[in-house]
Parts: sequence; structure tokens; C-alpha cells
Amino acid sequence: MPSEEEELYQEHILDHYEDPFHRGQLPTATHAHEENNPLCGDVVRVELQLGDDGTIKDCYFDGQGCVISQASASMLLEAMHGKTLEDVKSFSAEDMLKLYGARLTPNRQKCCLLSWKVLQSAVHSPVGRDGK
Amino acid sequence: MSATETLTESRGKPPAAIDPSKLLPVTLREDFPILQQTVHGDRPLVFLDNAASTQRPRQVIEVLRRVYERDYANVHRGIHTLSERSTEQYEEAREKVREFIGAQHLREIIFTSGTTGSINLVARSWGDANVKAGDEILVTTMEHHSNLVPWQQLAQRTGAVIKHIPITDDGLLVLDAMDSLLTDRTKIVAVASVSNVLGTINPVAQIARRAHEAGAVVLVDAAQSVPHLSTNVRQLGADFLAFSGHKLLGPTGIGVLYGREELLEAMPPFLGGGSMINRVWPDRFTPAELPAKFEAGTPPIAPAIALGAAIDYLKLIGLDAVARHEHELVRYAYERLQEVEGLSILGPAPEHRAGLVSFTLAQPHAHDVAQLLDEQGIAVRAGHHCTWPLHDRLGIAASTRASFYLYNTPAEVDLLVDVVGRIRDRFRPRGRQRRRRSQ
Repeated sequence: MPSEEEELYQEHILDHYEDPFHRGQLPTATHAHEENNPLCGDVVRVELQLGDDGTIKDCYFDGQGCVISQASASMLLEAMHGKTLEDVKSFSAEDMLKLYGARLTPNRQKCCLLSWKVLQSAVHSPVGRDGK
Repeated sequence: MSATETLTESRGKPPAAIDPSKLLPVTLREDFPILQQTVHGDRPLVFLDNAASTQRPRQVIEVLRRVYERDYANVHRGIHTLSERSTEQYEEAREKVREFIGAQHLREIIFTSGTTGSINLVARSWGDANVKAGDEILVTTMEHHSNLVPWQQLAQRTGAVIKHIPITDDGLLVLDAMDSLLTDRTKIVAVASVSNVLGTINPVAQIARRAHEAGAVVLVDAAQSVPHLSTNVRQLGADFLAFSGHKLLGPTGIGVLYGREELLEAMPPFLGGGSMINRVWPDRFTPAELPAKFEAGTPPIAPAIALGAAIDYLKLIGLDAVARHEHELVRYAYERLQEVEGLSILGPAPEHRAGLVSFTLAQPHAHDVAQLLDEQGIAVRAGHHCTWPLHDRLGIAASTRASFYLYNTPAEVDLLVDVVGRIRDRFRPRGRQRRRRSQ
């Protein structure tokens, strides 16, 4: 059996998969972005409501894909909820992998980093009047 | 761990059984050094990713070694011993391919880099010369991207229109739709002989007959059939047929384009360079005769010779015996996988199917299934398998595929089913809760 660190599907990850943080839509979103991973077709969309004080007042994600891509999105948004834009921008890919915890092969790191990439783009992507 | 250790739901059917008389001798696995290993510690490797690429027997590896250790030089050029040896063996390989697929003439066999290279050659050379704005290209919903994107690119260049023969929910082509889809603007019908996801064996001869009645030419993407089912290009009515060496126990980087002689003769060269010329002046050239006209540059010499060795190996075993073996495995896998609750198999019943089976589970995602199978030593493919439009049509994001070849065994199918059942159990929703952060 794999050691605990090597175990990709640790209990707290499965918890996020089955009981995700803020999965769904955010009608009051001011910023949003969506991307897929062309290798496997995983999709993650992140919607943000940024406050005038430069904080993330609220955030939601939606998408489909593997346990790693979806659980990592939940973990990331939970960690970033209420944080400042500076906190988001300084949250590196390495921080994301650390937050996820389990050791990932390079291929599976892409799954874990999908939501991180989407979040980094979302803060620069104001929602248009057409709701896009 | 035995196959019966984790009992999955029985649905009152008699248990799936295997007919050993239909199987190849398990001793042929000894020809495949790579299969003799364990992974993740002590797990014997169970290689069920053959639709992506197969493994090579010693007989093929030995030929590669012999070529590189004794015979290798560039072909069709040098006046020296090694060049003559290499040229002779390279051309012998062409003859083996010709005979293997029932082509009439050696000049109809073009060595390419693979199926993708072959199809792109046709789309560029034949397509640019024959397809105009408003013309129609007919493909199917189940095509691999390699038999779709080159036609999309052709359509972008020319203003042609792509149409699709639809599929039924269980993955068969709706042939009746061809009546309205085939028009006098249809220039080419491009179809896979076997779907790399559904496993469906398509009625190519019937499709070709109807296409020819409408005045269209037919390209067959035979990447998933030539290695497994005996092929005769003339009986199929294929104008073009493409396949790869690496899915047929051969090396990567070598593939074949069969083209009917009069079509190839009329086509302009594709890639320009050495070998494909007859005479070159400062401002112009004349092309070489077939097949050199389409083999610009130094070809994949050793891979072509080794492809010939792979064909020899398959002929020794007999393609009919290979097909029977795979069909027995896929029938068994199809029946046994249905024992797993919540598992859906994509594609038709075993009688319409070549040796692969793709499926989805309600939970978890295909990539997680593949990851967890790998932990038990089982190699499968997960994702959209380069058939994004097909997955959209089926309303799924991804699937898991087990694909068989002559060296796979019923015990490997049992292990697959057993582990899939345990993965399903592990990810069954059980009211888990994330630990709430203290505010």
C-alpha cells in the first residue's frame, strides 16, 4: 500500500470531493473565469465577488473532472475566501500543491493546479454585462 | 486477491464464463519481455492499453537490433553494401505490408510516420487538389481527432463543409442517414473501421459502396482494425487506408498509407525534399514515381523493417486466431463488467465489437479510476481518447478504456473487474463532511 504522503486520495481530500466548499454559481459575481485541461477535459469555473476593499467577499466554483481537480478547487476557494487580492496573487503554484498535501506526479499536478490557474485569471476577468 | 473475493451484484444471470478453446496459448506472453515485470512493488503488469499502443515481441526487437548492429544505412542512395542491405529490407517490408492488406501494387503502399501522418497526407495533397468551397466531407460522430481535425483544416482552407454520420445511443452508425447526407457535393467519406472508444466494427464495405455510388472517394482510418482483424483493401472498397506500426507490435514513427494507384498518381506531392524528386533545377522539379513521390526525406528505415517483422509475427500466429482470442476476452469483459453496480459500458453488444471496452462509473472520474487501477498494476487509458465530439454526443466528460491484444488473459480481465468493483465501493457517497474551518 502507498504511504500516507503518497496516498493521492487522503481522507480530507475525499471529504472535499463529497462535501465541497461553495460549489455552485455566484449571481453577485464581479469576476469569473473558466478553463479546461485539454489533456483530460477537466473543467473548472471560478466566480468571485470582489469587495471595494480589495477582498474576496465571496467565491464559488463549478466544474467536472477528477477527484484531484474538483477537491483542489474546493480547498483553494475555502482557503482564499475573505482574503485580499494580494494574498491571492502571492499564493504560488507551490503553495497550491502544499495545500493539497498528497504528493502528485507531474501529470496529476496539472489537475491540482487547474483551479489555481483559473483563480489567478479570474481576478483579472471582470464579468461583462452579458453575464459572461 | 482472487476475482471472487469482492463479490459484485449478481443480477440473476449465469456467471460469465470463458471458452478456453478460443484463446491463444498463454505461452506467447514469453515473447514479450516488457510483460514480465512488476510495477508498484510486486504487482504483475497488466497491460490493457493496447488501443493506444501495443508492446513488441522479441522477434521485432531483435530485428531492430540486427538492423542497427549490422545492416543500417540510408536507403535508395548509397552504392555500398549496407545501403543495399537496408534498401532491400525496407522494400521487403513494403511487400509484406502490401500482401498483409491485400493491395494490388507495391506502388500503392506509402510509408508515413503513422495514421495521423497518412491522413494528413491525403487531406493536404488529395484534398487541396480536389475539394472546393461548398463541397462536402462526410465523417462520423465517432472519429478520432486524427480523422477529423485534418478535414476541419481542409474545410478551413477551402470553404468546404463537414457533415457527420450520426450514431445510435449504443454506438452504431445510423447508415440510413447516409441517404440524405451523401450528395453530389460529397467529395470524400472518411470513416474509422473500428472505433477506438466504442469498439464498434463499422460496415466499411457497405459505406464505401454507397459513397462510390454518390461519386465520393473513401478513406478508412484502420488504426484500430489492421492489427486485429484481417484486412483486404479491395474487398473493403477503400480508396485510401491508413494505419500505424506501433499499434501492431511494431515501432513508433512508422505508419502506412494505402492509396489506389490512379488516385496517388494524380495527386501532387505533399512534403518536398530528397527522394521525392525525379529531377531538380534551380527553379523547379519533377516528382519521383510512386511510392517515392510521397516519401520525402530519409524515411523511418529500421521501423519499417521492424514493422515487416511484426507482420511476420502476426501471420505466424494467424490474424483469425488473434481476432477470436480478443473477441472472447472482450465478450467476457463486457459480461463481467456489467456485474459492477453503477458502471455503464459505452458502445454496442460484443457481437458488433472489436477487442476493447470503455466504461464510466457514477463515481469517481475516469482519471481516478485509471490512477487506482495503476496502483494495482493495471494500465488502462482514461479521458476523452481523442474523441471529444463523441464524448459530447454521449453526454460524458471522460471514460475509462480497457483494450486487449493477443497477450492478454481472462485472469487479467478478472483482476480488472475486481479492482473496478473495489474502486466503486471506495468512492460510493457516504455522507462525508469536510472539516469546517473555525471562524
